[in-house]
Amino acid sequence: MARVITFLTRTRGSQDRAERFGVQDFLAYGYLLVGVLIILIPVLWTVVTSIKSERSVENFDTRILPFDQIQREIPGFGVRDTWIYTTPDGAEVEVFRAGPARTETEVAPVDDPDAIFTVLRADLQPNEQLRIATENYLDPILQRNGQNNFFFGRYLFNSVFVTVMATVITLVINAMAAFALSKYQFRGRLTFTILIVATLLIPTSIILVSLFFVVWTFGIFGSLWGVIIPAAATPTGVFLLRQYMLTIPDELLEAARMDAASEWRIFWRIVMPLSLPALSVLAILSVIWRWNDFLWPLIVLISNPRQHTLQLGLTQFAGEFNTDFHYILAMTVVSLIPITLVFVWLQRFITTGIATTGLK
Amino acid sequence: MTETTRALELKQIKKAYGAVQVIHGVDLQIEEGEFVVFVGPSGCGKSTLLRLIAGLDDPTSGDIVLKGRRVNNVPASERGLSMVFQSYALYPHMSVRSNLSFGLENIRMPKEEIRERVDAAAKLLQIDQLLERRPGQLSGGQRQRVAIGRAIVREPVIFLFDEPLSNLDAELRLQMRVEISQLHDQLGNTMIYVTHDQVEAMTMADRIVVLRAGRIEQVGRPLDLYNTPANKFVAGFIGAPQMNFLRGALDGRVLTLESGVVREVPVAEAGRMPVTLGVRPESIGVSLEGEGDAQVTVRNFEQLGSVTYIYTAFANGETLTVQLPRQIPLKRGQTIGITFETAAFHLFGGEGERALPMER
Repeated sequence: MARVITFLTRTRGSQDRAERFGVQDFLAYGYLLVGVLIILIPVLWTVVTSIKSERSVENFDTRILPFDQIQREIPGFGVRDTWIYTTPDGAEVEVFRAGPARTETEVAPVDDPDAIFTVLRADLQPNEQLRIATENYLDPILQRNGQNNFFFGRYLFNSVFVTVMATVITLVINAMAAFALSKYQFRGRLTFTILIVATLLIPTSIILVSLFFVVWTFGIFGSLWGVIIPAAATPTGVFLLRQYMLTIPDELLEAARMDAASEWRIFWRIVMPLSLPALSVLAILSVIWRWNDFLWPLIVLISNPRQHTLQLGLTQFAGEFNTDFHYILAMTVVSLIPITLVFVWLQRFITTGIATTGLK
Repeated sequence: MTETTRALELKQIKKAYGAVQVIHGVDLQIEEGEFVVFVGPSGCGKSTLLRLIAGLDDPTSGDIVLKGRRVNNVPASERGLSMVFQSYALYPHMSVRSNLSFGLENIRMPKEEIRERVDAAAKLLQIDQLLERRPGQLSGGQRQRVAIGRAIVREPVIFLFDEPLSNLDAELRLQMRVEISQLHDQLGNTMIYVTHDQVEAMTMADRIVVLRAGRIEQVGRPLDLYNTPANKFVAGFIGAPQMNFLRGALDGRVLTLESGVVREVPVAEAGRMPVTLGVRPESIGVSLEGEGDAQVTVRNFEQLGSVTYIYTAFANGETLTVQLPRQIPLKRGQTIGITFETAAFHLFGGEGERALPMER
């Protein structure tokens, strides 16, 4: 903790002690703070809102803490919201509405449902408690409360499968392409590189139809492979890895050739380990892309609900007339967890990788 | 018959990068167990020649014959040679042990044997304490040893060294020079060593190959090159301090130098042409009284105790370096007399400034 505080109070020109907080420090911290808030607020809002009760979410309750109006079973009236009425002499009575909501509303104490009296609506305060709405999470996951069309386990498995397979294939295929484009001399090397990078300029939506026909023709429409394979080769990945591999000295490859290594072994034993920082970056990007991908899985998997990914599964809660935002938000939070863990794990390699390369 | 016993034979090797011809038809035979040094100024093609032998580059024309077998189409990984690179090119992500065993794993050697060989090589090079370290944790000299160790464990047909000592400081360079020579005595392998440093060439080689601009200028034992250089370039390149060159003209057997000295010289063929006289600095006698064949002015001098270098100039501005194996009192600007021995004369003239044969 002390280290964190030391870290956060570093100033310009001083590693560990905040000697003087200068203008530059002020600007730097201010800039960083704004950046952090811009990135963090939507996520925090999602997390905070996901633990509010259904009614708080629907009423757009903007308070940070998850307040929930208490409901009670009233004999003869059924389940009702309860309110606090403050009598002129200062006493507080727990009441429920016995009639329609008007400026002057008929209420009755919870203890004595038949003693109906009339108060100004403005004098009623909601009878609230702090409650974490665990049902937002548990209902879809455990298929309670009528949420039996949402197959959390299966969606999670599909998402993980697509993400892991697509990332592994992406890394291998892109690294191979990048190796060839960076370390072999052949006619048209630059042309190929430029062609590959140029495909970045074509938006996915333009090739969507042709991609659909390709997937259809290969018979992988409706299966998870139809999501995985078209996404495996990414121009960004090839370019990123190629630029990194250009920095690996040719002499290392030549040394390996003198060491009787085949090109295949050079790729796996020399080039891949030395490209670890770039591979980690691409792995993070690929995991994020595949995990969050919505449009393409929707097209390929729409006919086969058993193969839906988590992101597609979330659409279950958005109906034509009614959208269960509390479930959507809760499941969104759940779907953020794996990707966050992946990032925490992989970001180590980005920095350690940079530190361990370098020939001399 | 002799062809099969030769370790290496180069026949009319030519190499061009696009329109630029770097190697202009090199013929060379290297015997089994020889220590051959390629020496020459930078850009002379010595490293290129080594890379052609290694198989890291392909010759434009000509044959490379290894142990009687033409290997032009054999890739580097299958030629059975090993190479020590100028930058060492150690695999930064592997421990020293893995660096040494990588080449052996590639030829599918049994694990036990790999272990034995690596341990033996490590012991020979005194790096057995470092086997578990990474190259990044080693000093320059230690890396050098690991690089040599990586070459040794393969037990190659020929060792190739590409300027291996140029990254070391002077003291370490001297030490490694001795060690590599000892290694050659112990192992008895054929070694080809590339350097631009004529001292390394003179001290280590069985035979020196002097290269200039992609052509072999002379091949021979170190002292043969020193005593009977084939042309002015070799004469100037071998030996430190450099041989003195004085312009003059030959008329019959009479040599007239521009600095005024006239002398009859025992050339084999009398002729009439402009020539250059070469005299080694140690073949010049000095007289403080100003007597001798000519008078020169002392411009600068270095007293090293056992040796004195005197940098002088003739009246016409031509410079002359004198090396004396003793200490003498000198002053700058002083005039001293010098004496030449005709027997120590080298005359260069005609096309390519070849050495003119002398009657001795």
